[in-house]
Amino acid sequence: MYCNRPSLSWRSPAAAALLAATASILLSLPVAAQAPADLAAGEQAYAKCMGCHSPEHNRTGPLHCGLLGRESGSVKDYDYSQAMRKARIIWNAETLDQFLAAPLSNVPGTSMGFAGIPDSQERRNLIAWLATLNASSDRCRSILSKPRENS
Amino acid sequence: MSTKDNNPAPALLLETAQQSRRRFIARAGALTFSGVAVAMLGGRSTALAAGTADKAIEQDIRILNTAIAAEHEAVAAYQLGAESGLLQPEVLKVAVAFQGHHKEHVDALVKAVRSLGGKDAQARDDYHFPVDKLKKQADVLQFAAGLERGAVSAYAGAIPVFGNRDLSAAAASILADEAMHWAVLRHALGLDPVPGAFFS
Ligand code: HEC
Repeated sequence: MYCNRPSLSWRSPAAAALLAATASILLSLPVAAQAPADLAAGEQAYAKCMGCHSPEHNRTGPLHCGLLGRESGSVKDYDYSQAMRKARIIWNAETLDQFLAAPLSNVPGTSMGFAGIPDSQERRNLIAWLATLNASSDRCRSILSKPRENS
Repeated sequence: MSTKDNNPAPALLLETAQQSRRRFIARAGALTFSGVAVAMLGGRSTALAAGTADKAIEQDIRILNTAIAAEHEAVAAYQLGAESGLLQPEVLKVAVAFQGHHKEHVDALVKAVRSLGGKDAQARDDYHFPVDKLKKQADVLQFAAGLERGAVSAYAGAIPVFGNRDLSAAAASILADEAMHWAVLRHALGLDPVPGAFFS
């Protein structure tokens, strides 16, 4: 389940800020020579995903709130391909970078019929923006806290 | 209807799917003669269920099904717009026509999936549309424009990954139709209908 993550840390704004900071450090580590991630450009790049995804709701593809840190194929009420359910990837900056470069070869058998984003800087920007869709963001807060309250 | 002669895309998709199946049958035929006979007699390949299908065809079926899911969503979205009571009569006519195109896309894609021996994706029964944000005609047009833009992007991302190039060609024909919808909706919103030389 997408809500199945270290629970308490997401509730505290300080911890969330720390996590966000850690995420941005991690995002900038492997390619330290490149320009830092540009969040506005990342949000623009998300237009390429919006034919099938939205942050808040399952559509043709699964919702993206809480993506970083969750396991592949784990959003409740979304009907994944066998391949994605079995992939057992933890989505982080590195695994997303690999997946988004070439989804169909990274997870053979996935139903995400999308060529990928060849430009590594565009992927970095996009992933940095996806990382903001966490429990402390306005658009995802209620979605990410709901299932836990119910369970 | 999706099989009318004056509309090449559905015919192209169907023909493509059949060619692809013929190629598949030719390949499978080298392995099992009885498999070929079953596929030809049944008019549909049972090879998928038997697990002998070409991986490329399975992937094409998945890509087609993802497109079908997105097209179902578009049909439902236009339905919401049409029933909103917010559209002027002339605008409503256009919206219903666009919805009709999306229905034809579904029909054509479904036929292609079935000809390849696959099972077509069904519409969801719960679409989350921003109903509370639709207060006037422009809101509905903006909502529709956003979906069309997304669809253009999605087809642009799908075209390079079909194993069968004829399916790419058919998807390009659908992309062009949805890009026209997008431009018309932008125009109706008072925006530049064609914002640039390239789409990304
Ligand atoms: C053509 C539709 C389509 C487009 C465009 C698309 N996706 Fe997807 N995406 C899907 C589908 C369908 C799945 C489910 C895949 C599966 O089950 O194999 C998915 C799954 C994913 C997953 C795995 C999520 C999880 O919960 O495990 C990620 C991450 C993802 N998409 C990110 C993106 C991003 C980022 C973009 C934009 C660059 C994008 N997608 C564009 C359809 C699409």
